[in-house]
Amino acid sequence: MPLSSKDRFTALQAGEVDLLSRTSTWTMSRDTALGLSFSTVNYYDGQAFMVRKKLGVDSALKLGGASICTQQGTTTEVNLADFFRINHMKYEVVAFNTGDETIKAYEAGRCDAFSDDSSALYAQRLKFEAPDDHIVLPEVISKEPLGPVVRSSDMQWFNLVKWSHFAMLNAEELGITKANADEQAKSTNPEVRRLLGTEGKFGEAIGLTADWAHRIVKQVGNYGESFEANVGSGSILKIARGKNALWTKGGLQYAPPVR
Amino acid sequence: MTTIPTEPVQPGKASLLYDPKIRGYVYQLALLAVVGFLIYSAASNAIENLRAQKIASGFGFWHNAAGFDVNQKLIPFSAAGSTYGQAFWVGLLNTLLVASIGIVLATFLGFFVGVARLSSNWILAKIAMVYVEVIRNLPLLLQLFFWYNAVLKPLPNPRQSIALPAGILLNNRGLYLPDPQLEPGGSLIVLTFLLGLVGAITFRYWARKQQEATGKQYPVGWIALGLVVVLPFFVYLLMGRPITFIYPELAGFNLRGGIQIFPEFVALLIGLTTYTAGFIAEVVRAGILAVSKGQSEAAHALGLRPGPTLKLVVIPQAMRVIIPPLTSNYLNLTKNSSLAVAIGYPDLVQVFTGTVLNQTGQAVEVVAITMAVYLTISLVTSLFMNIYNKRMALVER
Repeated sequence: MPLSSKDRFTALQAGEVDLLSRTSTWTMSRDTALGLSFSTVNYYDGQAFMVRKKLGVDSALKLGGASICTQQGTTTEVNLADFFRINHMKYEVVAFNTGDETIKAYEAGRCDAFSDDSSALYAQRLKFEAPDDHIVLPEVISKEPLGPVVRSSDMQWFNLVKWSHFAMLNAEELGITKANADEQAKSTNPEVRRLLGTEGKFGEAIGLTADWAHRIVKQVGNYGESFEANVGSGSILKIARGKNALWTKGGLQYAPPVR
Repeated sequence: MTTIPTEPVQPGKASLLYDPKIRGYVYQLALLAVVGFLIYSAASNAIENLRAQKIASGFGFWHNAAGFDVNQKLIPFSAAGSTYGQAFWVGLLNTLLVASIGIVLATFLGFFVGVARLSSNWILAKIAMVYVEVIRNLPLLLQLFFWYNAVLKPLPNPRQSIALPAGILLNNRGLYLPDPQLEPGGSLIVLTFLLGLVGAITFRYWARKQQEATGKQYPVGWIALGLVVVLPFFVYLLMGRPITFIYPELAGFNLRGGIQIFPEFVALLIGLTTYTAGFIAEVVRAGILAVSKGQSEAAHALGLRPGPTLKLVVIPQAMRVIIPPLTSNYLNLTKNSSLAVAIGYPDLVQVFTGTVLNQTGQAVEVVAITMAVYLTISLVTSLFMNIYNKRMALVER
């Protein structure tokens, strides 16, 4: 069920949807004052700027006086204000209701720069007729931990969503993939056996069967596979793992063990 | 035929149960109680649920720091130190600005097109007809997108701004006007202008009274022009030109200095004006057609030319028919201004139910405030139009 940035939290609060999985940034106020809970961080993002190459700008710090297009109702508006305040620069913000309108205005030359989460910027750049005419500036001006959100009133659902993500991370860490999940279930490694439900009944505590993680990995693969298929090398976005690599490979993705 | 013997009803003796008046009151009270209970239970249910889900409620957010910026603002507003309450006022003033200017322009355009559609000039009448039919039959949102792109696309970027006369610059960031600065003595010019305006209005009133009494006409237009334009201009020269202008000039990405009129505002204004004018034109046409043909024939017979006939005989009578539907068109324009959200104009809905709602998460309060505001604006507009309608109504003798 597609929702705009503006309506998403209200829809979740009202029970219209049970799980909000969008580019929603985990912030303190959203986590504490909306009656909602962010379960985990499934993507570490940060806000950045995209400009036309011919503008000759190579750093966000040179954007003083510029007009910036952005989508309203998101953390980006506040991040922008903070960034320009901290660096004592003037700017003009033009905020639009949806991402599409924002892009159209940027293309029409209404703004010098377009600001959004960097993953979204890379995705957007590909949609331009000549992607090479635009560059994403190197500065990342905010922390944007994105993840699925649920209502705080349902702890069991919260745990289920959280551990589904952890299961995918643990699977990647243990080398369990879509292809070898069945085979791995017979492994002698106790960690693998616990995760896949061959040993113990961890899934039952969150209202699922013992082989819950096995079924997740069978269907969508582990975190790495899912990442590559949806936003990484297997997709048109071709986003590098970067901060979203496993902790064992220098990234930030780290899951508590199944024990 | 049988007659049913009726017992004489003795006043005061009949049971209260059968008194139609009392019964009526009881039914009304019961209905009121039911409606009141429904409202009460809905409100308490909402409050209870908000509390149960630990969603913040109340109006405490009003004084919290906003932390975001808005480009078009009529009052000072910045990310550093402004509150959500101030964001509300910024949005409300932007809504009122576009609505009030839109109403004035739509009225003029609508009257012109409405009259043109009845013109004996074939081309003019057909153009007016095509205008009305096209504009009225396309969704407003679509028209706004069209105007926004029509305003933005052909304009150059700030570095290649189009230079218009009097230091006005035009580019895809907006129209930049020179910003007048009053120097010592400059306020005298403003004062003269205001006095001239008051003088012109007084003179017009006096001239009308004179004409009604004696039939003598005065050149009201020329004298008003002299009082409002020529007199302040003389003072301007006399005081040694105490008004200077800050001209917009290129600085970095954008122009600096001057008064900036944003493209979002222009697009919204054009969209709302042309759209509403289409409806007003039809209202005006209906009003004029409602005046019997004999009226204008009589005026012609008296020797009045077509212009004065329209102005003095037909329109005043047509106004009775025009004003009530005109009011609903004004209300529609005001409410339609909330479509601004689609083209990035920071009106009340965009700033308040958009950004503020999303940052505070307090949907119930924010939406309730916004609805109350639109209701108030609409009711106030209706009130004034009803007063005007009373004044214009046919005085029965």
